[in-house]
Amino acid sequence: MVPTGDTAWLLASASMVLLMTPGLALFYGGMVRSKSVLNMMMMSFGALGLISVLWVLWGYSIAFGNDVGAGMLGDPFEFFGLRGLMEDLTSEEGGLPVMAFVAFQAVFAIITVALISGAIADRAKFGTWLIFAGIWATVVYFPIAHWVFAFDAGDVVGGWIANDLLAIDFAGGTAVHINAGAAALALAIVLGKRKGFARDPMRPHNLPLVMLGAGILWFGWFGFNAGSAVAADNTAAVAWVNTMTATGAASLAWLATEKIRDGHATSLGAASGIVAGLVAITPSCSAVSPVGAILLGAIAGVLCALAVGLKYRLGYDDSLDVVGVHLVGGLVGTILVGFLGTAAAPAGVDGLFYGGGVDQLWRQVVGAVSVMTYSFVVTLIIGYLLHKTVGFRVDEDDEVSGIDLAVHAETGYDLHVSTGAGRTLTGATAGATGSSGVGADADRQTEGSVKS
Amino acid sequence: MKLVTAVIKPHKWDEVREALEAFGVTGMTVTEASGFGRQKGHTEVYRGAEYDVALLPKIRVEIVVEDDSAGDVVGVITKTAQTGRIGDGKVWVMPIESVVRVRTGERDSAAL
Repeated sequence: MVPTGDTAWLLASASMVLLMTPGLALFYGGMVRSKSVLNMMMMSFGALGLISVLWVLWGYSIAFGNDVGAGMLGDPFEFFGLRGLMEDLTSEEGGLPVMAFVAFQAVFAIITVALISGAIADRAKFGTWLIFAGIWATVVYFPIAHWVFAFDAGDVVGGWIANDLLAIDFAGGTAVHINAGAAALALAIVLGKRKGFARDPMRPHNLPLVMLGAGILWFGWFGFNAGSAVAADNTAAVAWVNTMTATGAASLAWLATEKIRDGHATSLGAASGIVAGLVAITPSCSAVSPVGAILLGAIAGVLCALAVGLKYRLGYDDSLDVVGVHLVGGLVGTILVGFLGTAAAPAGVDGLFYGGGVDQLWRQVVGAVSVMTYSFVVTLIIGYLLHKTVGFRVDEDDEVSGIDLAVHAETGYDLHVSTGAGRTLTGATAGATGSSGVGADADRQTEGSVKS
Repeated sequence: MKLVTAVIKPHKWDEVREALEAFGVTGMTVTEASGFGRQKGHTEVYRGAEYDVALLPKIRVEIVVEDDSAGDVVGVITKTAQTGRIGDGKVWVMPIESVVRVRTGERDSAAL
């Protein structure tokens, strides 16, 4: 008998997490200049398409196949194409459908890849981005998901962080955020600075889109964190409340930091603080109390708000602050479990402040540093190889005039009443619908006469 | 005929239009413009990065009038658009050589 309540929550959570990637596309898209909004969003949508396919072919098998050695990698061939899984349950009696777990983990892989794209705004070749995304998912994300998310079950052996190191990473502070943040830093270094970085104004072109994106991310994140209980149970409920609380605290803390430092509490600060809090509570939502979550979120909000300025001092163009928010936020959340963890929470481990000593703390640090180092080094190698072969950056002229038009042959907005008149239908559809041009003119005339 | 061009603060635009219509001006061309004078720009902050924004939003109004009413039109605009604070704008007057009404082909004064 399939536990229908748990299955329903897991599938609902998976759907919510899927919506996070379009939400991220809005969050990132609003932050770039209007000439590159479509390319920014397309990097997320490209990841949605590509990783959906790769996950089914070999991603799930690398992450959750039986371990091939030392907890590093699952067997890529065991579940290739999800073979044999269509009728499987996670346990013989009363288990979830394996397919529900496949679905839930798939959307994590998608958003982790999409997160990286914020570091290379305005300047990356779309084709190279897709090649990168496929290679990166295969050699970085899928193995790390195995390290962190594949728990031993019966005869099946899982990953080393989950089963040997015993670091607590409930929903992916290491596997998703530290991983994506470290990869983002590597790619920002490989691609180099945008033309005019730190000199020309590169202000967000649409802050309402950013706010909407942050809202969608927050909503979806309840699936991300509470869904990671893989059951509709008490752990899920605790994770939900902690996810709300830490996020609120982080947003307030970011605003307070800005108000003190710059004199203004900004909407971009509120949205950024929300994401910083969500990132930090991701590994820790099962391990801290609700009051602990307030403290954890506030610390993340302050540290991330300070960290986003580092790129100007250190001279790397992490365009949308993936390092400052996801790497720093992921490190804060993962390591603070070693301080703020309480045995009263579902994870059941006391941190340093609760009398647990440093036992959990060193496990958290080793887990975080291992993922960060592996991701950074391997991403640097993949990035340089692609940069030196197929090329990772668009031509300078295309970057300056706008990557949307150069790469996608589109522009994000048409806000002028008169521009339609300058366009003529050509190409494949022109002959078949020869009268459409006339029709459009007639429409315009009608519109005009109604107004007058 | 004269072309009166005024660059004014956007929030003063409605008042200026009403005053001009009350005065008897029958038409005008309005453009959303940006620029700066002695007022200079302002500062914006995004994730702690400060930007000096040099250009401020302005409304540019263009009106073609008979020679003898140009002075009064300038007076109406100046009186209405004035707040007394820096950044109120400018009004200037230029001679016009000829005007044609597109619909009828009428010329000059008849076209106004």
